[in-house]
Amino acid sequence: MRIGIDVGGTNTDAVLLDGRQVLAAVKTSTTADVTSGIVAAIAGLQEQRPFDPADVRAVMIGTTHFINALVEARRLAPTAALRLSLPAGASLPPMVDWPGRLIEAVSGRGYLVHGGHEFDGRHIAELDEAEVRKAAADMGQAGVRSVAITSVFSPVNAEFEARAAEIVAAELPDVAISLSSEIGRIGLLERENATIINAALRELAAHIVDGLASSVSGAGITAPLYLSQNDGTLMDVDFARRYPVATFASGPTNSMRGAAVLSGLDTCAVVDVGGTTSDVGVLRHGFPREATTDVTVAGIRTNFRMPDVLSIGIGGGSRVRDGAVGPDSVGYELTSKALVFGGDTLTATDIAVAAGRAEIGDPSLVAHLDKSLVEAALRRIAADVADVVERMRTSAEPLPVVAVGGGSVLLPDELAGAGEVRRPDHYAVANAIGAAIAQIGGEVDRVYAVEPGRRDAVVDAAKQEAVDRAVAAGASPSTVQIVDFDEVPIPYLPGNATRIRAKAVGELQLTDAKGR
Amino acid sequence: MREITLADLDDIATGAAILGTGGGGDPHIGRLLAASAVREYGPVKLCTLDELPGEAALVQVAMMGAPTVMVEKLPSVDQVSAAAGALSGYLGSGLTHIACSEAGGVNSLIPVVAAAQLGLPLVDADGMGRAFPEIQMVLPTLYGVRATPMAIADEKGNRAVLDTVDNHWAERLARSATIDMGCSAMISSYAMTGAQARDSLVPGTLSLCAELGRLVREARAAHTDPVAAVVARLGGTTLFTGKVTDVERRTVTGFARGTATLSGLDGDAGSELILRFQNEYLVAEVDGQVRATVPDLICTLDRESGEAVTTEALRFGQRVTVIAAPADPRWHTPEGLALAGPRYFGYDLDPVRAEGGSGHDLAPGRATPFSGDDLDPGQATPSSGHDLDPGRAATPFSDDDLDPGRATPSSGHDLDPGRATPSSGHDLDPGRAAL
Repeated sequence: MRIGIDVGGTNTDAVLLDGRQVLAAVKTSTTADVTSGIVAAIAGLQEQRPFDPADVRAVMIGTTHFINALVEARRLAPTAALRLSLPAGASLPPMVDWPGRLIEAVSGRGYLVHGGHEFDGRHIAELDEAEVRKAAADMGQAGVRSVAITSVFSPVNAEFEARAAEIVAAELPDVAISLSSEIGRIGLLERENATIINAALRELAAHIVDGLASSVSGAGITAPLYLSQNDGTLMDVDFARRYPVATFASGPTNSMRGAAVLSGLDTCAVVDVGGTTSDVGVLRHGFPREATTDVTVAGIRTNFRMPDVLSIGIGGGSRVRDGAVGPDSVGYELTSKALVFGGDTLTATDIAVAAGRAEIGDPSLVAHLDKSLVEAALRRIAADVADVVERMRTSAEPLPVVAVGGGSVLLPDELAGAGEVRRPDHYAVANAIGAAIAQIGGEVDRVYAVEPGRRDAVVDAAKQEAVDRAVAAGASPSTVQIVDFDEVPIPYLPGNATRIRAKAVGELQLTDAKGR
Repeated sequence: MREITLADLDDIATGAAILGTGGGGDPHIGRLLAASAVREYGPVKLCTLDELPGEAALVQVAMMGAPTVMVEKLPSVDQVSAAAGALSGYLGSGLTHIACSEAGGVNSLIPVVAAAQLGLPLVDADGMGRAFPEIQMVLPTLYGVRATPMAIADEKGNRAVLDTVDNHWAERLARSATIDMGCSAMISSYAMTGAQARDSLVPGTLSLCAELGRLVREARAAHTDPVAAVVARLGGTTLFTGKVTDVERRTVTGFARGTATLSGLDGDAGSELILRFQNEYLVAEVDGQVRATVPDLICTLDRESGEAVTTEALRFGQRVTVIAAPADPRWHTPEGLALAGPRYFGYDLDPVRAEGGSGHDLAPGRATPFSGDDLDPGQATPSSGHDLDPGRAATPFSDDDLDPGRATPSSGHDLDPGRATPSSGHDLDPGRAAL
């Protein structure tokens, strides 16, 4: 069996799974220190369905902790950005487009030195190692504890980033170092921003990961611990310490993948109705469709791969007035402001209770509501959600709809244009289930010289390497398959250079403490 | 607008992306560079064409190469000014004004950088009234203004001045230099007098960019429809609202050509739009019927935010509204069409003009499309008298300049983002884009 835990801003949800069967599911409050919430969640599972901790083969945790830390600008390490680009790039130094409060929060310092590559692999300038040493010395004096290194066109050739990292590590043995080539894509400022964010979160990541590990082992569980990533695959705790930024979008990803497993559908639209918003995403072959535009996080432009999610302001806490539902919500004050809890604000939750769709609070407090008002509000919710689903649908093929989240009782059984709405069991803990069933992946992303007639062999070799990496990371060999493949010829380079990206994923190979 | 301040740059960038008609590069880097220059050197004075003295000495500045390289190897403020400085040095005369070659995309903001650092006023006008991929595709070409002498500068301090026998040689040589410079360089070209500028540029286009950006921003704040505001200001028409269901890209003789298929939403449900593009959106067909073509502006805007969606950023699943707006009427003369009509781009189509084409005011006072007679080389000689290089600048344009057969796509264009495909991969990958 395995445990999946989703640590959200408000709730910490946990599930105990045997295969894909849900043995126990609990919802607890997220605590400020995260770890005591996890201890409580595991205890809750134990209470609901007693289990031998030695039978747990893996614990998967999805958390919004790191993205929240950035948004709230708290617990960020003093960070320096080292850019290898001169003589290019001097007019737009690191963090040039950041909000001032976040530059302050990371005590941000930028350094530019000579280096970087052209698009075709030539050097813009040789890496100036003396400049790197001098920058490192200055960082040391300024109390920098984490360094983000970005070189021009490092996704094509990362040699300068690697060499600069060696020099900085030799000068400043205690600082954490993050390399842009391991984090983002082409687009220097966006990739550098993502790398600086990652660097600023490294200390917090170490602290949180230690806390998660100790709360799990404190419950007597010795199985390995994984964190879920933006793309729905898992990373081990060592990787999580180095790449906290890879968790940023794991919340919606887990929710969607959990919905897929609960409903048995691998291609569907997922509507997650929370307290304030309804988030609609689309799963294709079990993985979320990715957003394709730059993503702004806390006012900073980045180029992470994020799931394509469209949100509207309809949730359980939405205010209802004059025939309109939302977009404003009473949020966490639902339990004091909603009519069913004795408050004075008509909310979507009151509508659901009045319509007999849910039993929350005291139904007698909404018994007086006008029937036509209740029906009109429900119709409005159904029409607005149907519109969003319709917009997310990208082909004429029917796209089944799966509703999850506590607020999904607001949705009708049939959605205009989409048909039946499936509401699987355990819909309220889909996030935790998504974390628990996450798979493990391996990726190759490199420029190959493809000789004439050798294309198939090169492609096969790249795919095999991705598969091997997934297996090395812990995937069960018989389950691994290629889920993403890109092949981009690069003009102006000799030797028919081609950039190939291949991603393989498979089920985590599990053995428990008893060797089973 | 009398001057460009820091506060104006976001609006100009938003508007420039719209007038970019899908190409011209993401103005984001241009906006950041302009902000850096304005912060250091102060606001840039704007000068209308009407105020421009006849003897003024202008040069255009622009980024040349692949925008996708520019977002990785960032240009510097000095590099932009270096191109204008090198050209001024070759001409042996001082510059009095800076001008824009195109109003769309990144090149509406690059001239702000040069004007700020050099302390020169910027002319509120441009050579296209939109974005086009090739350097000879400017209205001054129709008036016999030559692209060269032109200067090109990289970030390393290399500069070159080209003085060529015609504009096609200028393109060819500048392109070779650009690739050697790493596929992203700054150029300064089309030196002209104030009198030539008044005749040949599209007036008011920087102000128009700023106004479009402001309309989009205000509409969003007021929860009204930003797309409708843009359509109204441009005197254009809404062609289609839909979601992108397929994007097919291929590289043909260096161009990023492609087609996108949109299936209708709202009032267009059940219909299909095909968008054909080559860096810019060129042809829009609804249910098999051509509804708009180049040289009119075909702009694809995010349905909710009103922000422009470039051909590079166009992706499966996006929800957009496609609009058409009239180009400067001079693009619809036989000579204008020979330079940038649908046949030049390889579509065997007569141009289809945006509905509502009469209402636009891109070229107030100059809206009379000049007839073919006006292009008689003998008469089209730009106002003589001006004197950047009397021996050359007055050369009437030859057949070469307007011969589409010679200006084959594979030979000359300079500002083509698709040509210099960077090694980045994703954005230009046909396999991925056509999900």
